Amino acid sequence: MMTQSMSAATSAIAMFEALRQKLGQQVQSVRADRVDEVYILLADADIRPITEHLRGEFGARLVTVFAEDRRSVEGVFFNYYVFEQKGSAQYLIVQAPVRSDTLEFPSLSAELPAVNWQEREIQDWFGLMAVGHPNPRRVALHDNWPDVYPLRKDFPIETVLPPFEGERHIYRPALGEGVFQVPVGPVHAGIIEPGHFNFAVAGEPILYLQLRMFYAHKGTEKLFEKLPIHKAVFLAESISGDSSFSHGTAFCQAIERAAGIEVPLRGLVMRSILLELERLCNHVADIGAIATDVGFVIANAHASRLKETLVTLNEQMTGSRLLRGMVCVGGVRRGWDQAQLDALRITLDSFAREFQDLISLIDRSESVRDRLEQTGVLRPDKARDLGIVGVGGRASGVDLDVRRDHPYATYSRYSFRVPVYQAGDVWHRMQVRIDEVNESIGIIRNAIEDGLQREFRVPVPAIPPDRCALSAVEGWRGEIIHWIRTGPDNLLERCKIKDPSLNNWPALVEAVQGNIIADFPVINKSFNLSYSGTDR
Amino acid sequence: MFKILQKTVSTGTVTANYPAEPAKISERFRGRPSFDFEKWKDARPAAEVCPTGAISLSDKGDSRIVTVDYGLCVFCGLCAEASSDQAVRITQEFELATPDRRSLVLTADYTLNADRTHHTLRKVDRRLVNAETDVENLGQKARETIQKILGRSLAIREVDAGSCNGCELEIVALNNPVHDIERFGIHFVASPRHADMLLVTGPVTRNMELALLKTHGAMAEPKVVVAVGACGISGGIFGENYASLGSVDKVLPVDVYIPGCPPRPQALLHGILLAVGRLAERLHNDRAG
Repeated sequence: MMTQSMSAATSAIAMFEALRQKLGQQVQSVRADRVDEVYILLADADIRPITEHLRGEFGARLVTVFAEDRRSVEGVFFNYYVFEQKGSAQYLIVQAPVRSDTLEFPSLSAELPAVNWQEREIQDWFGLMAVGHPNPRRVALHDNWPDVYPLRKDFPIETVLPPFEGERHIYRPALGEGVFQVPVGPVHAGIIEPGHFNFAVAGEPILYLQLRMFYAHKGTEKLFEKLPIHKAVFLAESISGDSSFSHGTAFCQAIERAAGIEVPLRGLVMRSILLELERLCNHVADIGAIATDVGFVIANAHASRLKETLVTLNEQMTGSRLLRGMVCVGGVRRGWDQAQLDALRITLDSFAREFQDLISLIDRSESVRDRLEQTGVLRPDKARDLGIVGVGGRASGVDLDVRRDHPYATYSRYSFRVPVYQAGDVWHRMQVRIDEVNESIGIIRNAIEDGLQREFRVPVPAIPPDRCALSAVEGWRGEIIHWIRTGPDNLLERCKIKDPSLNNWPALVEAVQGNIIADFPVINKSFNLSYSGTDR
Repeated sequence: MFKILQKTVSTGTVTANYPAEPAKISERFRGRPSFDFEKWKDARPAAEVCPTGAISLSDKGDSRIVTVDYGLCVFCGLCAEASSDQAVRITQEFELATPDRRSLVLTADYTLNADRTHHTLRKVDRRLVNAETDVENLGQKARETIQKILGRSLAIREVDAGSCNGCELEIVALNNPVHDIERFGIHFVASPRHADMLLVTGPVTRNMELALLKTHGAMAEPKVVVAVGACGISGGIFGENYASLGSVDKVLPVDVYIPGCPPRPQALLHGILLAVGRLAERLHNDRAG
C-alpha cells in the first residue's frame, strides 16, 4: 500500500512536469488520489488544449463530463472531464473551474458528439453555459420547466414548482413532400418505461428520429446529497431496477475508495458472482424479447422461463429477485451456506444446458436471422464518435469492458473473452449477449471455487469528509460510473451517476435511420436502454 | 419445427397454480417485517436504519408513538438486523395488497424509560388485515367475474409514471409461462381505450403527471386504478421533491395498493385479483343504479 501510493505520487509529479511543458501555466497541479485515479487541476474552464493533447498524444477516450457547485467553498463551479487510455487502468480526471460570474465553459460537442447530452445536462441542472454547443436546447429539463437549476447548492430539493405552462417539447420540423411526423409516447404500447419519440418518415422508412427523454426524472442525484450513506445504497439500487446490483456495487465501491475501506476477498468474490447473475438475467430476457419483436414468440417463452429460474436463484442467494439489499459498504450483507452454493451450481448447470437449446432454436430459424441481419446498423465509426459503450458498442467495434480495462471486484482473477463484432446490426447485438452469457457462466464457475474464507464484510468506520472517488462497473448494459464527494456526518456533497444508457440513446437515433418504422421496436430492444438510468 | 415441438414437449408444463395453491418461494425471501410490539424494547435503531422512513418515531415527553408504514417499506430487512431484541422478524408474507391505504399503517404507543427505551406498551393500532382472507379462492372468483361480467377478458393498461423499472420487470414476469396471467383471462393492452384497469408504477414524476392523467381520462368507465410498489403508494425512497409528486393517489383515485419493492409477481397477481373484485362491485352498482 505504502509503495503503491508512493509510486502514484512519483508518477503524478512526472505527469505534472510533462503537462506543464506542453500546456504551460494552465495546468495548476496533478494529484493522485489513488494509483488509478489522477486529478489534473486547470487554471480556467478552457478544456480544449488538454483534451486535444490527451486525445492526440495518448488516444485517450472521454468517458464522461459532469459538474459540481463549489461556490460556497471555493467560489467556483467545477467541471470534471474523465479520460481513460487504452491499456491503462488509470482514470485521468481533469478538473476545470467555471467562474461563477460568467457561468461559461467551452463546449466540446462539435468535435466530440459523445458529450452532447452531458454538456446540455450541465446547462440545465447547473445553469452553466456550454459556449459553442451546436444544439444547446434543453435536454434534462423539459421546455415547459421554469428557469431553475436543481443541482445548485442553493436550490432546496423540496422546492415545489408551479404548474408547468407552454410547449413541453419544441421539435425541429421535418419538411419535404410526403414527409410526415409520427409522435410516439411517453406512454408506449408495451410494459416499458416512458420517453417520447418523434419520427419523421417518408412512407415506411425513418428519415430522422428525435428523442425526448427525462420523463422519469425524479431528482435522484439531488437526493443523494440528502441521504446518509447507508440509506443512499438503496437509492443507488433504484437508479435502474434491472441494474440494481451493478449500481449498488458502483456506489459502495465509490464510498470504499473514498474512505480507504478494503473489502475482504470473499465479499469481492460474491459481488463478482452476483454481478454476473444480473448480466445473465438481463441478457437472456433481451434475447427472448428480440425474438418476440420479430414474431418468434416460442423462443421468448423459453427465454422468459429461463429468466424466471435465474431470478428465483437470485432470491435464494440474496432474498430479493432483483438482488436488492445484498451489497453494502464494506462487502455484502450476508454470507452463503452450502445449500445456497449447491443451488447456484445446480441452477447454473441446467441454465447452461437450456440456454444452448434456446440459442439453437433461434439459430435454426432463418426468418429470425433474415429479420435481424442488416437491421438497425450502427457503423463502427459512428459508434466511436458518439461514444457508445457496452453491448451496443461492442457489436459495433468498440472494444471496451470495465471488467477487463479497470478491474474491480475479483475480475482480474478470472480469464474471460470480451466479444467484439463490427457489423453493428441487431443480430450482432444479440450475438454479443449470447457470447457474454457463455463467458459469464465461466466466470461464475471459476468464482464459486474462489475465496472461500468466512469473512465477507468489514465494519465501516465513519466516512471522512471531503474525499472524492470515482468508481466504475461494467453493468450488463455497459459502463456505469459513479463519482462522489463525501461531506460531514456520513452525507455526500455530490454524487454523479452515469448510466451507460445516457451515452447510448444517440446510437438509437443513428441506427434507425433508413429502417422501416415497424422495425423500430426490435432495434430499440436490441439496445434496451434504461430510461430511469438516463433520467435519474 | 420438429426441434421446437420437441423442446416444448420435453419442457412440459411450468405454470404455477397460484393462488389456488400457495406460492413456492425461497425461504430466504424477505417479505413483510413483523413487529412484536410487546417485546420491542427500543424502536430507535430500526428507525435510524430504515432507508425510506417506513419506521418513524414521534417522542413527546416520556411517551413515544412508533409508526410503521408498509406503504413505504422496501423490504430491505435492516430493521430486523438492527433490533437486537428479536422483536422485529422478517416473514415470508407478500399478500399485502389492500384497497385501504390506511390499513398499511400501524402505530404503537409506548411510555419511555429515562434512557429512552420502551417502558410499557400502552396501545397498538393495527388495522392491517387482508381485505381478502380467502386467498385460495380469489383466483376462481376473479375467473368467474371475468367470465360472466367482463365478457371473458379483463384488459390492463400499464403506465410507468417514473419508476426505476424494477416494477416493470415483475409485471413483465406476469406474462411469462410460470406466472401466466392470461390463465385468468387477464391481459395487457396497448391502448387505454381498451383497458378496464390502470396499473401504475413510480412516484409520479412532474414530467409524467399529465400523461398519466390523459391515459386515465382515455379509459372508459367503469375502471379501476392500482398503485404498484413503494413508489406508487408513497413515493418510496424518492418521496416528494422538485421532480416527484410522491404517490399515484396524489393524481388519481386509487382502488388497490400493492406494496413491495418491487412486489413479486404473485403479490401483483394477488392485488390485481382483488381489484377485479372492486371492478365487479362497481359494474354491479352501475347496473343497479
